[in-house]
Amino acid sequence: MSTAPQATSVASGLRIQTRVTGALIMREIVTRYGRHNIGFMWVFAEPMMFTLGVVIVWSLLRTHTTRLPVIPFVVTGYSSLLLWRNTIGRCGNAVEPNRSLLHHRNVRVLDLFVARLLLEVAGASISFLTLATLITIAGFMPPPYDIFPMLIAWILLAWFAMSMGLIVGALSVLSDAVDRVWHVIGYLFLPISGMFFMVDWLPQRIQNLALFVPTVNCIELLRGAYFGPSIHVHYDLRYLVTVNLVLLLVGLVAVKGVAGTVEGE
Amino acid sequence: MIQLDQVVKRYRTRAGRHTVLDGVSLTVSKGDKIGILGRNGAGKSTLIRLINGAELPTRGTIVRGMSVSWPLAFGGAFQGSLTGMDNVRFICRVYNSNFKDALPFVEDFSELGKFLKEPVKTYSSGMRARLAFAISMAIEFDCFLIDEVISVGDTRFYEKCRQELFDKRRDRSMIIVSHEAHNIREHCSRACVLANGRLREFADVDAAYTHYQAA
Repeated sequence: MSTAPQATSVASGLRIQTRVTGALIMREIVTRYGRHNIGFMWVFAEPMMFTLGVVIVWSLLRTHTTRLPVIPFVVTGYSSLLLWRNTIGRCGNAVEPNRSLLHHRNVRVLDLFVARLLLEVAGASISFLTLATLITIAGFMPPPYDIFPMLIAWILLAWFAMSMGLIVGALSVLSDAVDRVWHVIGYLFLPISGMFFMVDWLPQRIQNLALFVPTVNCIELLRGAYFGPSIHVHYDLRYLVTVNLVLLLVGLVAVKGVAGTVEGE
Repeated sequence: MIQLDQVVKRYRTRAGRHTVLDGVSLTVSKGDKIGILGRNGAGKSTLIRLINGAELPTRGTIVRGMSVSWPLAFGGAFQGSLTGMDNVRFICRVYNSNFKDALPFVEDFSELGKFLKEPVKTYSSGMRARLAFAISMAIEFDCFLIDEVISVGDTRFYEKCRQELFDKRRDRSMIIVSHEAHNIREHCSRACVLANGRLREFADVDAAYTHYQAA
């Protein structure tokens, strides 16, 4: 099975890839947000409003008393939650509405996923960055202790989300049920995702179990870097990277597998 | 030049593997106008998608030495919730063409007027065909793949397409698939019949048509 390359070097391949991904991202932005009012800024305004709303509700109601300052706890937790949940969730129905675009040779099934993944990750990242900066400037949360490990944590979480997005996306090509079931799983996953707790607060035997959850490791690293040595965090970077690598590989293979079964409309 | 060598295409179905193309070879040189006759389900559209590269063959090789259009089929290749204009923008980006240069031609040729700013899913089939044709003429290709497209639209639109494609782009290659002979007779210099997964070339269109009718 081979189609001889049309004199494509790596450089020109990359150029085409960038062009196609860019075109698909623009196409996503236009259909999702249109050109009315703030347009593409909804990409990050939406998650930002979400997080801000939760921050306000939690601070006012004081229902969730945490052992840490509530505002930075919620900002780090909810931003992380939106990063993985939105990114994975958007892959569920990525192919069907774009199927007719596959008539264009350079548009591949993987590109449809990549465009959505990049858009969601960018939205969640800009949202977190903007919100954290604004709240810090406003004086409601202290500046982070060490930004660099926070960045690492965020990248690892985005990597996890993108790999899972490819898997969920590929499986949902095979059956619509996958997309629906994923929403349920995503919801049930919330309490164990690490957003509402620190591993240190858990009983010893549950701590070890909690560290099997990739997102828990990411959020621990993120919060550890934000709050600094005043809190005690648990994470296993080697485990996290291994899981991410395996998931990414599975995701890419799954997409390649289903790509052969998808035809243009 | 485009060269297909012993191309096999199989699909998985619930009833097992289904062979659509079973060893198809074809060489298309610059300027060739090739007509491919085939009944419904003979594999014409599959063949076109393989030549275009949107799908890969199960076996065999396809060498594409010139730029090949997407299959100009009636209405396809658009994203329904995008407006006509955004589809033009998208396609220009994908094919590295300048949108600002393409737009006036598309506006003029498609005669869609204000509807260019409406989602494509609201278009009638005739409107889609006009947009499809206009966009594909706005981007330059060495070889056009035509999947029955010229059989849609009214007489005046057909005449416009004919001029734009067959007169102004006389020097390009074209591969036209159809179940009808008249388009192929009118525009093609070479003719093939696709049946039972095999492609057979004939000396002239009439010989191909006679064989096609008899098969």
